[in-house]
Amino acid sequence: MAFESLFVSAFVYLLTAVICVPLAKRLGLSSVLGYLVAGFVIGPFVLGLVGEEGADVMHFAEFGVVLMLFLIGLELRPALLWRLRGPILGLGGAQVGITMVAIGAIGMSFGLGWQVALAVGMALALSSTAIVLQSLQEKNLTKSSGGQSAFSVLLFQDIAVIPMLAVFPMLATLAPAVSNDHRVEEVGPVQDWLAHQPGWMATLLVFAAVIFIILAGKYLFQPILNIVAKTRVRETFVALALLLVIGIALLMSMLGVSPALGTFLAGVVLADSQYRHELEADLEPFKGLLLGVFFISVGASIDFSLIAAKPNLVAALVVGLMVLKAAILFGLGTLTKLLLDQRMLFSLSLAQGGEFAFVLLGFGVAEGVVGGEVAQMLIASVALSMVLTPLVLILEEKVIRPRFGTRESDDREPDPMEEDAPVILAGFGRFGNFVGRLLRSQKIEMTVIDSDPDHVDFLRRIGIKAFYGDVNRHDLLEAAGAYKAKILIITLSNQEDTDSLIETAQKHFPHLKLMVRALERPHQYKTLEAGVDYCIHQHAGSATELGKAALVLLGVRAHRAERVTKAFRKHDLESVRLAAKKTHKDKKAYISHVRERLNDMERQFEEDQQDRQTPIDQAWDTQSVKNDILKK
Amino acid sequence: MEKTLILFTHPALEKSKVHRALKEGVENLEGVTFHDLYEEYPDFYIDVQREQALLLEHSKIIWQHPLYWYSVPALMKEWIDVVLQHGWAYGSDGTVLEGKTVKSVISTGGSEKAYCPQGHNYYPVEEFLRPLERTAVLCRMEYLEPMIFYGAFQLDGDALSSAVDRYRKYLQTS
Repeated sequence: MAFESLFVSAFVYLLTAVICVPLAKRLGLSSVLGYLVAGFVIGPFVLGLVGEEGADVMHFAEFGVVLMLFLIGLELRPALLWRLRGPILGLGGAQVGITMVAIGAIGMSFGLGWQVALAVGMALALSSTAIVLQSLQEKNLTKSSGGQSAFSVLLFQDIAVIPMLAVFPMLATLAPAVSNDHRVEEVGPVQDWLAHQPGWMATLLVFAAVIFIILAGKYLFQPILNIVAKTRVRETFVALALLLVIGIALLMSMLGVSPALGTFLAGVVLADSQYRHELEADLEPFKGLLLGVFFISVGASIDFSLIAAKPNLVAALVVGLMVLKAAILFGLGTLTKLLLDQRMLFSLSLAQGGEFAFVLLGFGVAEGVVGGEVAQMLIASVALSMVLTPLVLILEEKVIRPRFGTRESDDREPDPMEEDAPVILAGFGRFGNFVGRLLRSQKIEMTVIDSDPDHVDFLRRIGIKAFYGDVNRHDLLEAAGAYKAKILIITLSNQEDTDSLIETAQKHFPHLKLMVRALERPHQYKTLEAGVDYCIHQHAGSATELGKAALVLLGVRAHRAERVTKAFRKHDLESVRLAAKKTHKDKKAYISHVRERLNDMERQFEEDQQDRQTPIDQAWDTQSVKNDILKK
Repeated sequence: MEKTLILFTHPALEKSKVHRALKEGVENLEGVTFHDLYEEYPDFYIDVQREQALLLEHSKIIWQHPLYWYSVPALMKEWIDVVLQHGWAYGSDGTVLEGKTVKSVISTGGSEKAYCPQGHNYYPVEEFLRPLERTAVLCRMEYLEPMIFYGAFQLDGDALSSAVDRYRKYLQTS
């Protein structure tokens, strides 16, 4: 029975997502809006397909936010995070502080007690990490300076939730509500124990947990990932990735800290690891799906009876909240000298209330800080503001942005969240390592992907940016910076992998120049036929070198051996190109062609014996000069 | 219009400000084929047949290069050795190049003053170009007065752009 209802819910959620998201996309709207509207449609006030369990689903789907923060952490190397510390603390701190005070002041002017007003201010100062980041990513704006500023503010907000949750109980003016909110029921023995400890103990434990995550990231996760990667069973790796995130989330929530923050930290620690891209690629679908469910449940949770009862009040709250937040953000954007269009993006994207408002307000009701009715009203307003955000961003993109002259060009700032080496080298075995070493000797940046953990380990030890992963997955290729790279060099030792990688690259990243190691003659024909930019038979270089050395050993003068070898190579290359054109058209023609080229080669060797083998040799043939002189 | 073939040799163009500017200034001119030999034959394995065909297609030949040890860069010498073959370019049957013109476009490290009896190179540049002159004449071609850019290491800014202009004008008007 439980299974059945689970399946029914899953069916309803997935079906709505599958219908609404493509529809939203078709209409040129963002997928976030599609999910939100989908939730609204299946919610209790329209179709009523989901009802009471909506809130539980939302808590479950919040794990999507946790996963998202982990993935964001993975893309932020510690060094980069350190560089962003200014905007995070300055911009983020200012946004939260000013907004909190402003909203608190307004609340008090409407007759709320200062404790309640402050609590509401805290809850509403926060924006929705999930909606903002997902929308920015979808519009490819994360790298713009406005997007970066928004990210910094969101990060600060995620951190700010911790002290807020700690302060909330102190603001209680009402008797704690006897609520059936499961958050209260779920208080386990650890929380219970924690609740009876002095404040410094809890703080100490949080610090201990943070240090544990940092150390474990380096000395525990890394070796475990190593071991599992070596088994080369992909689902085990996926399982391990999920296990890591869930484990950290559990630990953090036990300590009363935002699990998202804990996993973010773990992500940052692992950002320097060779498994970064593999982790990203493995967790991405889970994150996407869960975030979708999260957005649906936000849509479904909007209490329309409340809105219907006091439409004017709710409308005033939503508009007031968004205008106030946007105005404060705009001011901050002006202070930090963002260009006008970036300031617009920055202020409009962060103007909504966020999922943390649900948490804080729910917690506030339970602790007797905020009255139930006020909280319900605010929760409805926040949810509406979240739904409005994608619409506001569309307005920004279609109407506001085109009217301003100060546009930031798309490629002005490099994206620090992605690999940006010009070369991706797929395969670093006995062939690829020569290629890699040569390029590196010229200080050319490259991203190496290899499916052998030992190779990757070794490479990283000597300071080469190498990642473990199955090169054939286009998401991994993307994570390795395929959009930014110029060249993809494929030096795999397996023909099937090589062929499918060529196909993947040509399909998803047509701008990439492809350079390929062919494993044998027919493979070379096939590869050339596929239209790659450069292809060499894996033995073309070394085998002819050996042949040349043999000639020298047999007494041929070195320079002559050199000339003959070059002539041979050139001839060989021409023959391959010609044959490649013919192979696919006609098998018979190919065979006769090979025969013809073989005859051609024989002819060349015959000519060698007549001492006229290459055009260059005629230059040093003195016979004609002698004849001329004798004639005179 | 008569076509011009610029045979350009410079083993380290990435280090040469002057020849980069000259190249950029002339490579896309109409009627000009800019043929960068070090780029075409990095391994010194010159495609003789292709080079001979190119010579036949053009009536005006330019040898553009820096002056190295009073002479041409090594690949230019290799080109002379292997392309200008007896019986084709010279000798009693070698008449195909007859009537074409050859002009050297040369940069020197030393200043114009260095190339006179009082300077440390003693002879004027033309004296060092005698082998090239005779090579052209032996192939029945006319060797024109060379265009020389002295003091290449100091050539900069306006002086460099006027040098490029001089080269361009010559190619467009001659």
